[in-house]
Amino acid sequence: MKIILNHREETFDADTLSVADIIRLKKFTFRMLVTKVNGQVVKVDERDKVFVKDGDNVEVIHLISGG
Amino acid sequence: MCEAIQQIREFLLQKTVGIAGAGGLGSNCAVALARTGVGHLIIADFDVLEVTNLNRQYYFRHQLGIPKVWALKNNINKIDPSINVDAHPILLTAENIPDIFRHCDVLIEAFDKAEMKQMIIETALSQWPDRPLIAASGLAGWGKTEEITIKRFGNFVLAGDDVSETGPWNPPLGPRVAILAGIQANLALEFLLKDFAFKKV
Repeated sequence: MKIILNHREETFDADTLSVADIIRLKKFTFRMLVTKVNGQVVKVDERDKVFVKDGDNVEVIHLISGG
Repeated sequence: MCEAIQQIREFLLQKTVGIAGAGGLGSNCAVALARTGVGHLIIADFDVLEVTNLNRQYYFRHQLGIPKVWALKNNINKIDPSINVDAHPILLTAENIPDIFRHCDVLIEAFDKAEMKQMIIETALSQWPDRPLIAASGLAGWGKTEEITIKRFGNFVLAGDDVSETGPWNPPLGPRVAILAGIQANLALEFLLKDFAFKKV
């Protein structure tokens, strides 16, 4: 499948993957992330239950401390 | 010019901005918005003022030991007594955020810890998908001014350099924190003044 990941086209060797799979495969190592699929937020505890398919727009946003 | 400033103030008088956190980002952002004339500010933070906060936060030495939200309300009303500050000295959680910030036009994430940033972004984006949300991430240290970027994900905007995390040897300092707070306030104005036009006299 082909998806848009953080504004860039990415191809995966699978028909569908969970948001958690994508984080693992793309090695997003930051501890604190916010994930969105087609503009909808996917909360931490939903990442292994929400599946991404061809043409989806996925955003993985990392957050670091300071304020 | 005074007329222009006055017209902006009149327009902003009806607006409400929520600010989650009253530390370096929150206090400086709140003061910038108050000076511009945003009529209602809802500010929440459970912390009391400590001496180490004074390197970057909009407070004064005589306010040490006071809950930050009370001190901030006081400081804002010394600048402009007409600004309505709704101060909540509480710990924000996914449970109380939907109630405390229910009436905001724009919400500002101004927390310190990354896990709190994540919590409010998830909560706010699922509760109010169309409401502007402005967060900051990556502001420790000094210099590196050109590395500060603004990323837009629809109405969710994230400012910062994405890499400068605070730590024992990478402290948050006044100038860079205030720059980010200023960027957050300026982004808030962009949303609040979307339908504003000067009435040229």
